[in-house]
Amino acid sequence: MSKAFIALQDNEESHYIVEAIEQDNPTATVIYQPAMIRIENEGRLVINRATVEEKMGRDWEIPALHVNLITLGGNVDEDDDQFSLTWKQ
Amino acid sequence: MSNRKINMKEKYRLLTRDLDWEYSYRDYKEVFPQQEFEGIKITDWSKWEDPFRLTMDAYWKYQAEKEKKLYAILDAFSQNNSQLNVTDARYVNAIKLFLTGISPGEHQAAMGFGQVGRQLGGVGARVACQMQAIDELRHVQTQIHAMSHYNKFFDGFQDFSHMHDRVWYLSVSKSFFDDARTAGPFEYMVAIGFSFEYVLTNLLFVPFMSGAAYNGDMATVTFGFSAQSDEARHMTLGLEIIKFLLEQHPDNLPIVQRWINKWFWRGTRMLSLVAMMMDYMLPNKVMSWQEAWEVYFEEAGGSLFKDLARYGIEMPDYAQTAIAEKEHISHQVWSMFYNYGHATAFHTWMPTEKEMDWLSEKYPNTFDKYYRPRFEKWREMEAAGERFYNPTLPMLCQTCQIPMGFTDMEDPTSIFYRQSEYDGERYNFCSDGCKDIFDHEPEKYVQAWLPVHQIYQGNCGGPSMEDVLGNYYKINLGVDNMDFHGSPDEERWNIWHNLQPAEDKLKQAS
Ligand SMILES: [Fe+2]
Ligand SMILES: [Fe+2]
Ligand SMILES: [Zn+2]
Repeated sequence: MSKAFIALQDNEESHYIVEAIEQDNPTATVIYQPAMIRIENEGRLVINRATVEEKMGRDWEIPALHVNLITLGGNVDEDDDQFSLTWKQ
Repeated sequence: MSNRKINMKEKYRLLTRDLDWEYSYRDYKEVFPQQEFEGIKITDWSKWEDPFRLTMDAYWKYQAEKEKKLYAILDAFSQNNSQLNVTDARYVNAIKLFLTGISPGEHQAAMGFGQVGRQLGGVGARVACQMQAIDELRHVQTQIHAMSHYNKFFDGFQDFSHMHDRVWYLSVSKSFFDDARTAGPFEYMVAIGFSFEYVLTNLLFVPFMSGAAYNGDMATVTFGFSAQSDEARHMTLGLEIIKFLLEQHPDNLPIVQRWINKWFWRGTRMLSLVAMMMDYMLPNKVMSWQEAWEVYFEEAGGSLFKDLARYGIEMPDYAQTAIAEKEHISHQVWSMFYNYGHATAFHTWMPTEKEMDWLSEKYPNTFDKYYRPRFEKWREMEAAGERFYNPTLPMLCQTCQIPMGFTDMEDPTSIFYRQSEYDGERYNFCSDGCKDIFDHEPEKYVQAWLPVHQIYQGNCGGPSMEDVLGNYYKINLGVDNMDFHGSPDEERWNIWHNLQPAEDKLKQAS
């Protein structure tokens, strides 16, 4: 199995996104490195807009992810409610 | 029906399908004249799918937000004289190499995506290339802005653009992008979009930038991560182009595989400079080059190639050689630059005892066996007032343009060397990868502008070192070049921090 991963800049906004990812991907591993946070999960990693909004306590749209994004691994699929990274095998 | 809020997928469809039109009074082939000559077969551009589905309004909105964040930090950095907070002045030399060697590549990428985007028949791919061209222009601009501040306090930044077209080691990255931009549009997309952006840029921007943060350089980490926030989109475009080409026609597979082999090898050779920046030029270390390579190439790249296996794509040729080289490459390249430290617009130095211990620990199979004894010898020579500089000009690889200093992974003490003959002339290569690239298109690579040949042919200002380095390259001799120890950079740094050079302390004590 391959690890899908995402890395975000280490800042206030990202902390809520990371919390949401941890909640929606219980098996994910979170790694803190200088100025960045890397989250990886076997096979698939998802970010749900609703969970991030709940953590932030305000509206948030998926493309706002671009502002804090550093890198990713996996095939991207994005719509209004969810962003996912998947390796097909 | 009315007032219906259109969703992301629908908006993206309107942007990338509805904006296109049929060419009624011009032949399609006249409009897109470069689409066929590489042998790539496209049957249906409407199958192009950009997973990010970013529309123009969202693009401008979020790019503006990134810029505001970035410039707020750059302003704060300069207002607080934060250049004084980097670990030590040696660190700044990594940034000099970045600005002179890497930032011009951002500009080349901007021009490349502008040119190539025009040549693609599908509007989805054209829009993605247009956004990427604008992104890359943003990257070079923000990097120059960030470094203009360093230019006020440190030597070697002043003529980066002039140097890029002339200086021997900068020709490594210049020729890489020149090679890509003089290929056809699909090769360019596989070269830069896939092989470079997806497979290799993480190694450049992620651990190195995290290292910049760890060395107190908020300016660099900020432009680095701001650029990298666009890279995630660029990587996705690179992956999409591969999938699209392979789904369009089975004849595309061998062509795409050959491009992947070529550009993986060209990219790893270019990144050997980044390997040395990470292991030798960051005083505070986040991870070794080898560790970065394992996470971002072996693990992430491994997953990628496993995923692409369903299309028949295999790991690039010579990936095994590159994997074996991870334990050697940074030490070999730093040795080359130390040897030719009089001919660089940045400073070089021998690692301290503590830094050598770190290298021994991180490279248990290679550092003590092959490199430490040589480095200790050079350190002794320096202490005796005879800092080693190599007075000869190096032989360069015809393809990657790096001096012939990489060793044979079967016997790491001997220099690897290959030769090809073309049209009665002999050409030299650092590796089988570089030789294969030449042998496939010798008529292209015989035209390479090799800095050492150009010096010998009298095209670089004259016969003496001063002519070439001083007048032609515009290196301020005795200021920008030579060892860090004894440089004006070091002297100013010590004054700013009330530090005394070790020699002065000794003199006072005696
Ligand atoms: Fe870029
Ligand atoms: Fe890019
Ligand atoms: Zn080479």
